[in-house]
Formats: sequence, structure tokens, C-alpha cells
Amino acid sequence: MSAPGLASVSCPRFAHGVKMRFDEARQQWMLNAPERVLMLDEIAHAILSRCDGERTVDALCRELALEFAAPQEIIQADVMEMLQEMLHRGFIRL
Amino acid sequence: MALLAELTHRCPLACPYCSNPLQLERGTDELDTETWRRILDEAARLGVLQVHFSGGEPLARRDLEHLIAHAAACGLYTNLITSGLPLSAARAGALAAAGLDHAQLSLQDTEAAGADLFGGAHNILARKTEAAAVLRAAGLPITLNAVMHRRNLHHLDAMIDTAVRFGAGRLEVAHVQYYGWALRNRAALMPTRPQIDRATEIVTAARTRLSGVLVIDYVVPDYYASRPKACMGGWGQRFLNVDPVGRVLPCHAATTIPGLQFDTVREKSLAEIWADSTAFNRFRGTDWMPEPCRSCERKEIDWAGCRCQALALTGDAAATDPACTLSPLHTEMFSIAQNEAAGDAPEFIYRRMDGE
Repeated sequence: MSAPGLASVSCPRFAHGVKMRFDEARQQWMLNAPERVLMLDEIAHAILSRCDGERTVDALCRELALEFAAPQEIIQADVMEMLQEMLHRGFIRL
Repeated sequence: MALLAELTHRCPLACPYCSNPLQLERGTDELDTETWRRILDEAARLGVLQVHFSGGEPLARRDLEHLIAHAAACGLYTNLITSGLPLSAARAGALAAAGLDHAQLSLQDTEAAGADLFGGAHNILARKTEAAAVLRAAGLPITLNAVMHRRNLHHLDAMIDTAVRFGAGRLEVAHVQYYGWALRNRAALMPTRPQIDRATEIVTAARTRLSGVLVIDYVVPDYYASRPKACMGGWGQRFLNVDPVGRVLPCHAATTIPGLQFDTVREKSLAEIWADSTAFNRFRGTDWMPEPCRSCERKEIDWAGCRCQALALTGDAAATDPACTLSPLHTEMFSIAQNEAAGDAPEFIYRRMDGE
């Protein structure tokens, strides 16, 4: 049994039990998972808030390219790398 | 920051590797619901992000659902650390409805006889299989916590398969840590070095095979390690534990350290205790450290290891954790492990309410 690999047509979503919320005390977005907490910077939040299980990685990157006024190829490479890591660490699923 | 809320020491199991203290607290002395609600309010205000409801067995508290609902309303991420005994479908549904985010279910062994032997009760495996099913049916994500030792490490492959079959998203392969009851039973539990090496190989292969399916948490146990663990992420840095009678501890084994005074939530707020208590300040930061820790470049990475382990093995809680190769007692620690693991395993001393 192994999981499908990440592709540009994948629709990533949070793994079960993973929750994103804004922490008022720290004025920061946080990702809570079992026994783990990640503090999210602006970019990480922009990516993860679009991981709704409906958007493809492609669509997500198109939106980010517009929002951050950057070439989509560059954004896509960074996003794939980050999502691959998040997938391996169990924060997201495909 | 995280809060470990030890709601009770009552438990239907009697695991000989329990990390609870030898002197357990009675149900009649436990904090009431109102006090726990106040603790959760204060924890959220203090910056705690996750609360782990633990014990003993937290299901023994009838107000567990209320406390989970209260924690969720405070914005805390809620985790239930449970044996799953006893857990009906209705109770699992009530926990989920209260806002529980995640449950961590322990498993003693993948064979019925072993599960009963290591848990000190009857029909454990079947009841836990049922508990996993009702938690999943209630829509709750689960982590399987597999406590591993010399008597069950040869079932590690089966344990990983079981985690997948139970629908767990995460597996903690938890080598026994030698505190409380586990320290009493060390010789009965200590694995050999080849057993550890084999476990590491199995986990490494499974992590690759199950990437995206199952996350496996695993660390080499202290007695065979070369660097100490950053126990609690550093004393008084990001963890606090409230025990069943309301004492606030920097770690769940801290009551073993002589001379420390613990404040209780019956008298002070969590914020006051966190900032000012002598127990939290005793080993906080790096100023208290002895050499070679004080001048070590890793002092803010591993925080000199574990105080309770330093005490157990050197008699001095302020000593360098012998898990570190730089400790003068490191070789001795390794020898203890090797000798105990090579000897015949003694009978278990089971956890009991009336102490030793």
C-alpha cells in the first residue's frame, strides 16, 4: 500500500486531524496536527489555505502567480517542493 | 506550548511500563470539573495551543466530554491519550461531538496473549480493536501508540500493519522510557542493541513504503543513544503538566526529583506558576547547567537532556544526562542496558494504586 505521488493535477487537502487557525496571542497563522504545531509564514499560509481538496496544484499556482506577481514556473517549483515535504510529513493528503 | 492534563490516575490497565509515579493519586482527591475548566481558560490565555487529556485513563472521568468541549471553545487543539478501555460507540460519538480533534490509542501487542500480559488485564486486544473502530466510525483521526520493549519488538512489522488496518494516520513507535513503573521494571523491558538496530531498519523501510499513508514517529531510546533527547523541549520552555490533584509540573516525572516545590492550581494561576514557580525556574534556560553542557554548542538544542533520568542514573538531577556521550556515566548507562537485556527477563511488577 502506497500513496499516489504529487502531481500538478493533484488536489491536496489537509490530512485528517490537521487544522489551521489564527493565533491571536502570537498574531500568526498556525497549523495544528497531532502532537505537532507549525508556525506559518505568509507564503506557507497562502499555499495551505488553498489546499481545499478541490483546487489542483496548477490552479493554486496560477492564483499565487497573480497574487504575488511572479512567474508561475518559479512558483510552481517552490510549491511542489513544499507540498511534497508536507505530504511526507503527513500534514496533507492527496 | 502544550498542556498535559492528567485528569486521573485511575486506569483499567496495569502496564508495567507506566510512566506514572509509583505513588498514585486516588479518585477522591482529583480536581473537580470547575477547576479543570479554569485551568483550560488560563492555559489558552497563557499561549497553550494543544491540550492532551491523559491519565491514567481519562475515559474514567465522566466529565471528559465537558472538558473537551470547553477546551475546544477556548480554541485549543484537543487530543485524547487513551487506552480505549472502555469505549462504546456512543461515547466515541459524544467525544467527537464535543469537538475532540484527535485520539491517541495505545496498543500493547499484536497478539492477544501478549497484549494481556503487557497490559495486565483480560481481552485487551479485541477491546482495543473495537475502540479503534468506534473512534474511526465517529470520524476521529487516530494515532496508534505502540510501546515497544524486549518482549514485543519482534512484532514491530505486525504493529505497523495494524496501524494501517486500524486506519491510523500516524504511529508512534515508542520505546519504553524508564521513569516511574517502567524504571522498576527496567530489566524486564530493556531490549538488546540488535533488537534496536532491527527496529530502526524496519521503521526506515516502512516510512518509505507508507509515505503519504502513515507517519511514523520513532526515536532511538536513551540507553542506546549518543545524544540526549531534548526532554520536554527544554525544562519550562513549552510544556506544562497538571497532575490529577492539581500540582503543576514541568514534566510528568518531575515529582521524583527531591527538593523541588510544586505549586498547585488550587492556590495560584497557571500564569503565575509558569513564570515564578521555583520548580519551573530550577532548570529553565542554560544558567543552571554543569559542564560539559554549559559550554556545549548543543545546549539550546537538547537542553542537557532529561533531569529525571539524570537523577535516576547519577543521583543528581542537575547532572548531565548520561544518554550523552559527553557524560562520564555514559558508558555505564550503556553497560546497564546491555547487561539487563542479556539477562533473563524478571517477572513484571504491575502498576497498582496502592504503590509498591
